[in-house]
Amino acid sequence: MPRVKPWIFLSLAVALGAGAAIGRVHLSNSVGTPVADAGRAESAAAGAVAPAGGAYGVFVSLPDGPPRVHTGEHDAMGRPVTVSCVSCHTSMEPNLARRTAADPPMQFHQGLTYAHGQLSCVSCHNPHDYNTLRLADGAAVPYPEVMTMCSQCHAPQARDWTYGAHGGMTGYWDLSRGARHRKSCIDCHDPHAPAFPSMTPTFKPVDRFLTPHRTGGAHE
Amino acid sequence: MSDERTISLPVLGQIDRRTAVKGIGATLGLGAFGVAISPLARMREQLSAEELMQKHYKELTPEDKEAVFARLEREAKDQYGADVSIHDPQPIPGVRFGYAINLSVCNGNGKCVEACHKENNHDRDTNQSYIRVFEMPKGTTDFEHGNTTYTHDVPREGHYYLPVQCFQCENPPCVDVCPVEATWQEDDGIVVVDYNWCIGCRYCQAACPYHARRFNWKKPTIPAEEVNPDQGYLSNRVRPQGVVEKCHFCLHRTREGRMPACLEACPTGARIFGNMLDPDSEIRWVLKNKRVFVLKEELGARPTLFYFFD
Ligand code: HEC
Ligand code: HEC
Ligand code: HEC
Ligand code: HEC
Repeated sequence: MPRVKPWIFLSLAVALGAGAAIGRVHLSNSVGTPVADAGRAESAAAGAVAPAGGAYGVFVSLPDGPPRVHTGEHDAMGRPVTVSCVSCHTSMEPNLARRTAADPPMQFHQGLTYAHGQLSCVSCHNPHDYNTLRLADGAAVPYPEVMTMCSQCHAPQARDWTYGAHGGMTGYWDLSRGARHRKSCIDCHDPHAPAFPSMTPTFKPVDRFLTPHRTGGAHE
Repeated sequence: MSDERTISLPVLGQIDRRTAVKGIGATLGLGAFGVAISPLARMREQLSAEELMQKHYKELTPEDKEAVFARLEREAKDQYGADVSIHDPQPIPGVRFGYAINLSVCNGNGKCVEACHKENNHDRDTNQSYIRVFEMPKGTTDFEHGNTTYTHDVPREGHYYLPVQCFQCENPPCVDVCPVEATWQEDDGIVVVDYNWCIGCRYCQAACPYHARRFNWKKPTIPAEEVNPDQGYLSNRVRPQGVVEKCHFCLHRTREGRMPACLEACPTGARIFGNMLDPDSEIRWVLKNKRVFVLKEELGARPTLFYFFD
């Protein structure tokens, strides 16, 4: 169930400490936004420095809230029963030393693949409240602002993302004619194993440069 | 396929004479105008009287255009069984398009190639597309050393990927050589082809240092349900046999403010598009903040599709 939340405004410009007026894009979580794919809400973004006549916004796909753990049970309606992170972790001493999934092996979070440098789990997860993330200075960050958390360690990519040069987009280049949609860091990078996955090319044209010894192909 | 294989591309103005000679042969048949132009005689028999009477695009009045588009829509219905709508969006005043590709991020997956194929009503038999993606050994930007046939998982160690399509040059060598003015540059920088005016002599194809132009050797086949009905007269309408075609930055989309199809399809976010005249645009930011380069800069064609590494 999508939960109703207050408006949360966050500016990457501020997150990055960049003095210049980057803020073409302000992320915000809107109240009762329909939940898009896999529990990600698309958040309306108001242009801080809206392009001249820019009537339409930039929408960023962001998590709606903290992730939840599936119990494997289903309720009477057949829906999976999930529990929140804090339902276990409030009564557990956080393990500040854990930096791998294998050592010691996870008893509960078994499926986790972990390969993100030497970061400890609590570099990102807030040990005082597992329903939030945290910054290096300990400040709690709500899940919808996950990009602020990534950005503190990946400033070049975060800056490029802000200016549209990393992470791509769909929709309109001209915001006076239509809206634009953007992916967040974790749509492309699994926070636990962030290397972009390798892909298999599926489409190959048949033309002269592809079959060099063939002549008189259908197209040059 | 071994990637040591070098493909000799027909580049005019190439330093190496062997390549050039081979190139002319490959591109213009025996190199003689008569031979080069002979497909015209064979292929354009299907020309209708109406088409033959059609005036040059630039001389068409709005009423003329309406009649021409209606005729083309009828032909699409007759020949492809598809209900299409042909329109002719004009350059937006104050807009000059620019495109940039981040080669540090592109992984050669080819989704752009496929998106172009579908968007632009390319021939299904040949999987034709305006984009080629070269797998390049690190250390060179000369795509004559690249390979487009790779089918293994990407990215591959020691390689990067170079998508090549029409660069919409500011100084387009292809336009100058057209004997009938069937191709020209518009105010937003896009170099267009009037497929109804093209005589298929393929001079432009030979003049392009980037092999961005394609010739329709056969009538494209596309199942009716796969025809993209949103068509531009100077862009993605189904091309007749015997004419030259090329990337047009999806002008039927981009002149309505939308992104090109290849950009939207890119899963890595490697492509950046926008108005170079807008100082706040993403493309301007890239031009200013990244070390962009173009291919074969020494030829002076001044491409407006740029590359950069992070
Ligand atoms: C059913 C109980 C349970 C729930 C619910 C749960 N965890 Fe855990 N979690 C554990 C246990 C037990 C461990 C100790 C390691 C192990 O045995 O897997 C752990 C370990 C962790 C750790 C490693 C650091 C530490 O303190 O040990 C992190 C980070 C973590 N959990 C995050 C989460 C997040 C985020 C959620 C919500 C999506 C969540 N957990 C939900 C039981 C739970
Ligand atoms: C780079 C920051 C970062 C680090 C380091 C990190 N996490 Fe996470 N973790 C996240 C984010 C962000 C999410 C939410 C992902 C989402 O919403 O898709 C998450 C989600 C989770 C979840 C719930 C969803 C899932 O994937 O199962 C668990 C459990 C979890 N983390 C455990 C851990 C454990 C255990 C470690 C250490 C071995 C760890 N995390 C290290 C950022 C991090
Ligand atoms: C506390 C600092 C820190 C935070 C927070 C952090 N990272 Fe990282 N990240 C690193 C370090 C250090 C590396 C380098 C790992 C290495 O070299 O193996 C890295 C590597 C990466 C890589 C490159 C992986 C590869 O193998 O090529 C990506 C992508 C990445 N992080 C994305 C993210 C995303 C997305 C987030 C937010 C969910 C995030 N990071 C949060 C420190 C951080
Ligand atoms: C549309 C998908 C997409 C989005 C969204 C995205 N990235 Fe990336 N990112 C990539 C790809 C693709 C690469 C190149 C991966 C490679 O080198 O194989 C990359 C590379 C990286 C790297 C590694 C650079 C290196 O030198 O290895 C980091 C760090 C990174 N991204 C962080 C981020 C952060 C932080 C965000 C959010 C602000 C983000 N990315 C958003 C696709 C994305």
